[in-house]
Amino acid sequence: MANVIGASLKRKEDPRLLTGNGRFSDDIQLPGMLHAVILRSPHAHAKIKKIHAEEALKSQGVVAVYTGKDLEGKIGPVPSSWLVPDANLKEAPQYPLAIDYVRYVGDGVALIIAEDRYVARDALDLIEVEYEVLPAVVHQKEAMQEGVPLVHGDIENNIALHWKAGEVADEIINDAEVVVRESFYVQRVFPSPLETRAAIGQYDAGSGELTLWCTSQNPHIHRMVLSDVLGISEAKLRVIAPDMGGGFGGKIGVYPDEALVGYAARDLKRPVKWIEQRSEHFTASNAGRDEIIDVELAGKRDGTLLAIRVKNTANLGAYLSTMGPGVATIDFGLMITGAYDIPHASCETFGVYTNTTPTDAYRGAGKPEATYQIERIIDLYAREIGMDPIELRRKNFVRKEAFPYTNAQGLLYDSGDYEKPLEKALETLNYEELRQKQRELSKQGKLIGIGFSTYVELCGFGPSEVAGAIGFQGGVWENSTVRVHPSGKVTVYCGTSPHGQGHATTFGQVVAEKLGIPMDDIELVFSDTKSISMGWGTYGSRSTAVGGAAVSIAADRVVEKAKKIAAHELEASEEDIVFENGKFQVKGVPGQQRTFQEIAKSANMAWNLPEGMEPSLEAQSFFKPENFVYPFGTHAAVVEIDKDTGEIELKRYVCVDDVGRVINPLTAEGQVHGGIAQGVGQALWEGAVYSKDGQLLSGTLMDYALPKARFFPRIESAFTETPSPVNPLGAKGVGETGTTASIAAVMNAVMDALKPYNVKDIEMPLTSEKVWRAIQDGEGN
Amino acid sequence: MAIEDREVTVVVNGQERSAAVEPRKLLVHYLRDDLGLTGTHIGCDTSQCGACSIMVNGEAVKSCTMLAVQAEGSEITTVEGLGSIEHLHPMQQSFWEEHGLQCGYCTPGVIMAMLGLLKENPNPSEEEIREGMEGVICRCTGYQFIVSAVQKAAKLMAEAEEQKEETLVANLVREGTHNG
Amino acid sequence: MIPVKFDYIHAESVEQAIRLQQESNGEGKLIAGGHSLLPLMKFRLTEPGVLIDISRISQLKEVRKEGDRIVVGALTTHHAASNDPVIKEHIPLLADTVRQIGDLQVRNRGTIGGNIAHADPAADLPAAAFALDAQVIIQGEDGEETMPVDQFIVGPLITMMPENSIVTAVSFAIPPRHTRSVYLKYFHPASGYPVVGVAAIAGVDESGVIDFVRIGITGVGDIAYRAESVEQTLLGQTPSEAMIQEASRLAAEEGEMGNDFFTSSEYREHLCKVYTERALRSILLAN
Repeated sequence: MANVIGASLKRKEDPRLLTGNGRFSDDIQLPGMLHAVILRSPHAHAKIKKIHAEEALKSQGVVAVYTGKDLEGKIGPVPSSWLVPDANLKEAPQYPLAIDYVRYVGDGVALIIAEDRYVARDALDLIEVEYEVLPAVVHQKEAMQEGVPLVHGDIENNIALHWKAGEVADEIINDAEVVVRESFYVQRVFPSPLETRAAIGQYDAGSGELTLWCTSQNPHIHRMVLSDVLGISEAKLRVIAPDMGGGFGGKIGVYPDEALVGYAARDLKRPVKWIEQRSEHFTASNAGRDEIIDVELAGKRDGTLLAIRVKNTANLGAYLSTMGPGVATIDFGLMITGAYDIPHASCETFGVYTNTTPTDAYRGAGKPEATYQIERIIDLYAREIGMDPIELRRKNFVRKEAFPYTNAQGLLYDSGDYEKPLEKALETLNYEELRQKQRELSKQGKLIGIGFSTYVELCGFGPSEVAGAIGFQGGVWENSTVRVHPSGKVTVYCGTSPHGQGHATTFGQVVAEKLGIPMDDIELVFSDTKSISMGWGTYGSRSTAVGGAAVSIAADRVVEKAKKIAAHELEASEEDIVFENGKFQVKGVPGQQRTFQEIAKSANMAWNLPEGMEPSLEAQSFFKPENFVYPFGTHAAVVEIDKDTGEIELKRYVCVDDVGRVINPLTAEGQVHGGIAQGVGQALWEGAVYSKDGQLLSGTLMDYALPKARFFPRIESAFTETPSPVNPLGAKGVGETGTTASIAAVMNAVMDALKPYNVKDIEMPLTSEKVWRAIQDGEGN
Repeated sequence: MAIEDREVTVVVNGQERSAAVEPRKLLVHYLRDDLGLTGTHIGCDTSQCGACSIMVNGEAVKSCTMLAVQAEGSEITTVEGLGSIEHLHPMQQSFWEEHGLQCGYCTPGVIMAMLGLLKENPNPSEEEIREGMEGVICRCTGYQFIVSAVQKAAKLMAEAEEQKEETLVANLVREGTHNG
Repeated sequence: MIPVKFDYIHAESVEQAIRLQQESNGEGKLIAGGHSLLPLMKFRLTEPGVLIDISRISQLKEVRKEGDRIVVGALTTHHAASNDPVIKEHIPLLADTVRQIGDLQVRNRGTIGGNIAHADPAADLPAAAFALDAQVIIQGEDGEETMPVDQFIVGPLITMMPENSIVTAVSFAIPPRHTRSVYLKYFHPASGYPVVGVAAIAGVDESGVIDFVRIGITGVGDIAYRAESVEQTLLGQTPSEAMIQEASRLAAEEGEMGNDFFTSSEYREHLCKVYTERALRSILLAN
């Protein structure tokens, strides 16, 4: 099958999902299965004085109740997997159930196991906990002040980490012709996959093997961490991620809950299922963002940018999550110059403990925040010097000729042509005419805004040496095995773990193209630590660039061996064999050929192989990329604001993304759309709201607004293709571009619309009331 | 006070099924846990997300906001009752062709809700489709390809309906000739 | 999200529904579509011991014209009401309002009677009910009783519903033929509930003077209300942009504005005015 790469094929994974034949966690039923619920703290900060579980234990159908004290010494704390170096990192142990203190609303207090989910839920009400409520701290800047409550008694000023990268001398800022300063808050949001988290444990007492089905974007990381937490050999712990209803970063984390389920299944020697409730999800699952970003951008009046100095104060919540420490530091701090050639840059990050749910990587992880601050401040800079924001961007873009380009923070951007998507987006928008129309409508009193985000992001995690150097507790290379069966049908094993991205299709396309066989002949296996030797999972838009590359290399190796066998059988030299459309052909001798299927059989039968060749046709590759990949593009939003109410209507959304080589344009576009919806969601509707004492007020889907269909216009999406030199596919990553770009695009559009009132910032989400107030308080009113 | 279980009998996807359940059992749990029809999903606990949408007596409803006992005697269609993998229903086929799903978790509910919409309004505009989706949440797709899928399904279903009518007329004519 | 245990009985008639309530010793709660009750029960915010299912009482599904009122059976679903020819002809405001309740799945189950009896301050229906001078028809132990909606709903989730009784219907006054009506809402992006919902009816007589106007406003506070100050200001006037603006300034006069983290009372008050203005403009000034 030629030209499969680049084709908009329908997805292999869909027919089963469309007919109710998917197998999600809660669909799994095992004989004798018990049901778990977790009693969670209603207080943001309290001392646990006593837990009365007797009533619950007496209740019919209740099998066990565990408290933190019961598990002391039997199950270890769940560690963070990103120990950022040179940051004075202070990790407080997070025990799967709180032992003496609860530190956020949602902190686990007791685990209840019962015969049935209804009985388990009833038992939750029968447990009485005596708390001594303590003062709580919610806001990160407040948490750093003297005299405020300490989340962990021994960690001063609640500072979990203090990290710096780059240096900008004071003189550069002080002597600059123009300095624009602003403080942005990229608010806390919830990843909110439509399927909440879940875990099911099953222990085989005979073999001593524990199988854990759980909602994980990275089952091998779960296995690595949990084997340690539970004290079980990695060889005896099998982690399977079943079909998963989205993740968006919220299912990267190794959570206490999964450890508890594994422990209980082993302890009780019966299968145990735990399904998180939606309202539970809001407090018990890691949130995203929550960073206060103070920016100074300095340069010349002609638009030449010289330096950017950033301080990020990040709310890490009550404990360090799996990737939490890396988000506001490495992911954010090294990308603050964005797509611009700014010679000087520095970032100082404080990671702060508060009495809130931990934060972790959420779609884009640090890059949406980095993009947000640079794209917002660059618009303000343009306004300050009276230049069109597009012109200012063009003036400072990293030039096409400069790639590979080292940014001020030392990252090497692999490839790029930033003008190309910008031009295409402007053309689609009909930019000049649109500005003209904006001016005309403004005369009629209408508030139209046009906003841009010309982003670049870092993804495709990543070179292992770099991972080590930045304290990431993982190798982040990828692994794939391409196994050819005697019939010529193929099974492909992959270390990444898709949950909606469609990798069975896109990786299948890579294999179909390489092996010249039909898509239907290819099966893909993901997300099972017993089938797949190792892998690092799906997050950070790494799957295609790293995992897809591993698949591609393994497939090449299969062809290489098959070619040797074909040459041997056809009595030709290997150099004379051409492999095309699934056939090994002797150059210039028509009819002298073997099909891929014939060679598959030969290899597996091994009746007549070249001297010294091992039987079978199978290849494994371990791909360790030499660098990250850097997708880029231009997103533009057009909004209209209702002057009387502050309501915002998103009128148009245009995006041109360059994600390197596109394997499947249809699924790639789907990723972009979804990403945009989440970014626009952050800009306009989504936002966690805590009361001063740490109660989550936006704790249900009645209060927390996930974007709905009628909030959007038709997105006008396109791609340009600038291949990456980093991997054999030339692919970058597409999963996060939409989110990374769109937050700033929409905000810039709204700020543009509010320019007549000289409004410079409004805290997200842009509720109509906030916009209305900004208009009321604005100039000219 | 002991509360007796109730025998709940329904016709699901054309088959009569029954199970004894507590009065408090939610319809969605009855379908999933007692009848093993796990295609219908649960995404929230406040009747917002619509992942649990099914058809009860021909109307789209949220099965998380209905008790199994309330469904006694009703006719239910879940996603399992539409098409099979081999023969997809036009709505399923359209979702496939237009890439109307990613993780697939909301999909069965969205499909059922959209069938409810088309029943009311067989040829909806884009705006009407987006409004019709008020009772469902998809976190993956940004909705655009779902809109395309529903538009395509509306077309396919109208064509199928037309064809059915033509066949019917043809049959009547044929029968007429036979009888005459 | 699982309710506490309860028992469940079907009532086949209104009388039986009353009797079953009497027998339940205060533990009984009526259920029809369940779209108000079940969400509360799932969060264990209410824990009735017995649910009395009234959904089979078919006479409660009727919609009929009775003199100058339309009587809508309590079990009429929002979906049925939005398509009912009698409602569409005589009280199109009701059809327009219920069409905007929740979503299509919710409208298929939720009922007019359940909605009113629940008295959710965030519901859409009360706006239309107040504007259409709705009366709640209640069958109780001592026979039938009719209560104007503004006397029936007395607070958030609080009604004057007598013990052991059942709402059998809600009746709505048919506005004069020459009036027009509209329901406009500013909805909460998460719940879809109105933060402000304005139901307005108005008409002008042959001389071009406003001779009929009713405005019901919901969502803003603990209870829906009639914006009587606006009505009084407009009556007898010739509709004009200036007149509408002036009158709409009084839209929050009779209401008590609530507030939450999403919208302040000040903003709600402002929205009341703007949405009232828009509603009036669309029925009085648009062609």
